[in-house]
Amino acid sequence: MTHPENAAEFLKDAQKSKWHDETLWFVRDKRDKVSKGIPEWEQLRDLASGIKDNVLANLADYLEEFERNAKKNGIIIHWAADSEEHNRLVLEILQQQNCTAVVKSKSILTEECHLNPYLEKQGIEVVDTDLGERIVQFLNQPPSHIVLPAIHLKKREISELFHEKLHTEKGNEDPVYLTQAARVHLREKFFAAKVAITGVNFGIAETGEFVVCTNEGNADMGVHLAQVHIACMGIEKILPRRKDLGVFLRLLARSATGQPITNYNSHFSSPSPGKEIHIILVDNGRTAQLARDKFRSSLKCIRCGACMNTCPIYRRSGGFSYNSTVPGPIGSILSPGLDLKKHSSLPFASTLCGSCTDVCPVKINIHEQLYEWRQEVTKTHGDFAKGLSMKLANGIFKSPLAYKISGSLMRNALKSLPNSLIYHPLNVWGKNRNLPDPPKESFQQWYQKNRS
Amino acid sequence: MSSREKILSAIRSLTLEAKTLPDIPNFSSPGNLVERFTQSITDNKGEVMTKSEFEAWFSAAGFSKVISLSAQFSELATLPLPEDPHDLESLEVAIIDGQFGVAENGAIWLEDTQLGLRALPFATEHLVIVLDRNLLENTMHQGYEKIATADSGFGLFLAGPSKTADIEQSLVIGAQGAKSLRVVLF
Ligand code: SF4
Repeated sequence: MTHPENAAEFLKDAQKSKWHDETLWFVRDKRDKVSKGIPEWEQLRDLASGIKDNVLANLADYLEEFERNAKKNGIIIHWAADSEEHNRLVLEILQQQNCTAVVKSKSILTEECHLNPYLEKQGIEVVDTDLGERIVQFLNQPPSHIVLPAIHLKKREISELFHEKLHTEKGNEDPVYLTQAARVHLREKFFAAKVAITGVNFGIAETGEFVVCTNEGNADMGVHLAQVHIACMGIEKILPRRKDLGVFLRLLARSATGQPITNYNSHFSSPSPGKEIHIILVDNGRTAQLARDKFRSSLKCIRCGACMNTCPIYRRSGGFSYNSTVPGPIGSILSPGLDLKKHSSLPFASTLCGSCTDVCPVKINIHEQLYEWRQEVTKTHGDFAKGLSMKLANGIFKSPLAYKISGSLMRNALKSLPNSLIYHPLNVWGKNRNLPDPPKESFQQWYQKNRS
Repeated sequence: MSSREKILSAIRSLTLEAKTLPDIPNFSSPGNLVERFTQSITDNKGEVMTKSEFEAWFSAAGFSKVISLSAQFSELATLPLPEDPHDLESLEVAIIDGQFGVAENGAIWLEDTQLGLRALPFATEHLVIVLDRNLLENTMHQGYEKIATADSGFGLFLAGPSKTADIEQSLVIGAQGAKSLRVVLF
């Protein structure tokens, strides 16, 4: 299914999609407020962007430095060219430990590698321990947002789910009660697990340490109780110096949820006596993205989710409509790099309003890259481009609500879009023909006003 | 060729424009450090208190399972630090010293030496951090300057109790880790 078709599906529940839209906007608003309290905010974004540019320009050297220092500290380093190798390496470590139940904390990389189904096929129980991730795992769903995994669900649905899975009282929708039930359930899992898997927010070349940020403390609950900690890390997560964390930790949580810092920011440089830490450094398409001049800077992403919260299309179409591990604007420039045909409709899931670029803490020119991908889709896949254009249009016009939204977005976006975009042959919003001046009111608005 | 070689040589085969690593200015903001730190902890849903306020809370609550690694409150301990972190499962209170705090966000730096066991501040039901008010830094930049490149084994910026908003964005304190944070500022 293309993005517009999926979006039309999401919009069927009008009340819920309205809540989704407003809630994410509220998070975006919190980000704005908290960032205004930091006079040097724009300088921090410039610094973060500059540091990441330097990392990407010297990535091989930094990775070697990171490996050298981590090894010195007693950490075991593995390298994985792709998701299969990553999954196999994890499995081997689990087998060495005779481990059949593992706890995992939020790691988008393991989602990307589809680690859970792989391990489950081998008879290993995987428990996602972030509350939101546990909720979607119970439902056999992927997260719909990289920071707010269960943002597409209402508490009524979670209450029903917990009644079934955790035997909570039927009809009790109190978030405190439900969280407490999850706490008891998850703590049991933490105290039983021999191996814990986490993602990595930042890896520091200078010290060989890595940093994991959570609010729930779930990553730490897992790893400090387990015998073995496996940290899965994309090769682009490197920072050169420890002091660079000062810049990135100031930006990350403020950009993500509008809080000044996550409550737990753990720096792992060596294992506790008698224990093991493994880091798996994963490529899985990253070196290919690094080779693409126009899209290289998408690797600077620190996965804060701000571009999703601000995106008018994401807020109104939901994370699942992207059918991609990382949804939203950044997902729409990362995923086509992995599989252009599968994700060919994603670069069109944008009004190109540029709001994503404005909020991005590492200053990725997201909307420009979306435009570039549109060109690539046309160039590389000329044969299916026409069909795609039709499909995109179909998805939109089949659903009156989606039409309404795209229409009102178009009217606002039109004022600022360059001609080359409006008249792009694949631009479904422009519908492949000359457009008149944007009307102040849509036909629908006009009709509503004038019919009586 | 190993994956390591494959990845590194794929990167090295690219000719990428050089980009200099920027210097980081020593940003800081005006204002009273104790006030800002206290406000930050409060915003993060923790509580800053004096010694006597803490003692009043502690004795009123009547805890029976308490570990204290803070010299100032060693007499409050009812349990020694266990060897196995799994023995922390029903711990009610952990009292530890903080190395320093950061005013802009309430983050407190802790290392292996303060923690005893790395699981301690997470597994305990209530966490108490004892902190000298003269050991407050302005922003994270000064915080990292203070840590420099010292090897900590495990180090942690802790800024509040365990919290989540994963159910319809309602903030709930006490997700998987400690249900409360009290900072005793002396
Ligand atoms: S692209 Fe920028 S705004 Fe979007 S998740 Fe990544 S860092 Fe955040």
